[in-house]
Amino acid sequence: MKKKKGWKEIPIAGIIDKGGTAREYKTGSWRTFKPVVDKPKCINCLQCWIYCPDSSVLVKDGKMEGFDYDYCKGCGICASICPVKCIKMEKG
Amino acid sequence: MKLTALTGDQAAAEAMRQIEPDVVAAYPITPQTEIVMNFSQFAADGRVKTEMIPVESEHSAMSACVGSAASGARTMTATSANGLALMWEIVYITASLRLPIVMPVVNRALSGPINIHCDHSDTMGARDSGWIQLYSENAEEVYENIIVAVKIAEHKKILLPVMVCQDGFITSHAVEGISTFPDDKVKKFIGEYTLEHSLLDVENPVTYGPLDLQDFYFEHKRQEAEAMKDALKTIPAVLAEFNKTFNKSHDLVEEYKLSDAEVAIVVLSSTAGTAKGVVDELRKKGVKAGLLKPRFFRPFPKERIIKALSNLKAVAVLDRSDSFSGEGGPLFSEVKAALYESQKRPPVIDYIFGLGGRDIFPEDIKKVYKELEEIKKTGRIKALVNYLGVRN
Ligand code: SF4
Ligand code: SF4
Repeated sequence: MKKKKGWKEIPIAGIIDKGGTAREYKTGSWRTFKPVVDKPKCINCLQCWIYCPDSSVLVKDGKMEGFDYDYCKGCGICASICPVKCIKMEKG
Repeated sequence: MKLTALTGDQAAAEAMRQIEPDVVAAYPITPQTEIVMNFSQFAADGRVKTEMIPVESEHSAMSACVGSAASGARTMTATSANGLALMWEIVYITASLRLPIVMPVVNRALSGPINIHCDHSDTMGARDSGWIQLYSENAEEVYENIIVAVKIAEHKKILLPVMVCQDGFITSHAVEGISTFPDDKVKKFIGEYTLEHSLLDVENPVTYGPLDLQDFYFEHKRQEAEAMKDALKTIPAVLAEFNKTFNKSHDLVEEYKLSDAEVAIVVLSSTAGTAKGVVDELRKKGVKAGLLKPRFFRPFPKERIIKALSNLKAVAVLDRSDSFSGEGGPLFSEVKAALYESQKRPPVIDYIFGLGGRDIFPEDIKKVYKELEEIKKTGRIKALVNYLGVRN
């Protein structure tokens, strides 16, 4: 494992001095339940994409395509917001 | 230099007018109210360009200040007692985010029982919050300390917030003749505030206050501890610059007739003024009395205190707050701890005094010196922790 920086080497005050660093931190490991979409039922309204706090709903050409499990924390907001209830939260 | 009649609160507001911070977010509380009131008037009259944010509580005041300071705006607020207690959470956050906010604090007893008068329980409670603390003897010191505090807080090697304390009502509401400096000289002394990492710098995005867990929190706290320790080395240079610019003699501590003294009192803020009068009186009677007034309590000027007190025959610390440790007040504990490192350790006793604005008179202070003379002669300490001016 790479040795973590010491107190003399890091920016002061806990500041993160560049953008886009959330990408380096995979929050998927926090998950207990994972969202699974029943694609034939999905109407591609993209409500789940709007509401996901971790930008973990994958969308291509205006269509909902599933989830990025590297970052999805399993909060279940997408399942709750889906108007046709086609997202289920499953163990694992 | 202009001689003006001002109260301690007006002196603080006048310093703030000259500093003209970009943002002031504050909530009024007795006995700090006149600072916010007078400064709001300056803002309303267009005498300062400051954005004045009248918030709904002190918690919001300090929160607004954090956002403002992190965006690169020179930011100030002011508070007292329960107001300081209400902003507590953000007081710690300000220091850990290393935001150089300057906050005049008008010392007042913390509830309960509820009381609006002076003691130091409010800021002494905040002594471990990571803020620099300056204690002022009179309105003139309030004025000057606030100006120098801006320079200290914003110093690139320091970057810590500063509380500038004064005694509620005793200093804050008493009128004194104060020599103020010309506006342009103050502005030139403090200079421009530039923040290395601004929230508003969209070209160089930065995050303030992210979650910091087991892997880095400790490193950041280590940095904070080091910043305070280093501040002790940097502050004298800033004070020297202030002294040169304004022809003053500020220091980490003030020694009064200590060089040949045998007995001495250590006390903060306005009571040092009363005690100096007593020292003069006792000196006329041949008592070798002296006084040490720490001006900075954070960082703690340990070496200076050791140097000033080691040769004495007996020392009394006067604490305007109790720490409820059963072992006296906070100033006592720290002075005693400092002297532990000295080869020569004079006997040190504590007097808790003036809680909730209880007056302290020259007669009370004379009693302390009398006890010190007694200890000098007999070497015997009757009571380590004493209460001065409380009814039995
Ligand atoms: S469970 Fe939460 S984190 Fe995961 S995709 Fe749904 S909304 Fe996003
Ligand atoms: S909210 Fe439901 S229906 Fe809408 S896109 Fe997401 S999964 Fe499909």
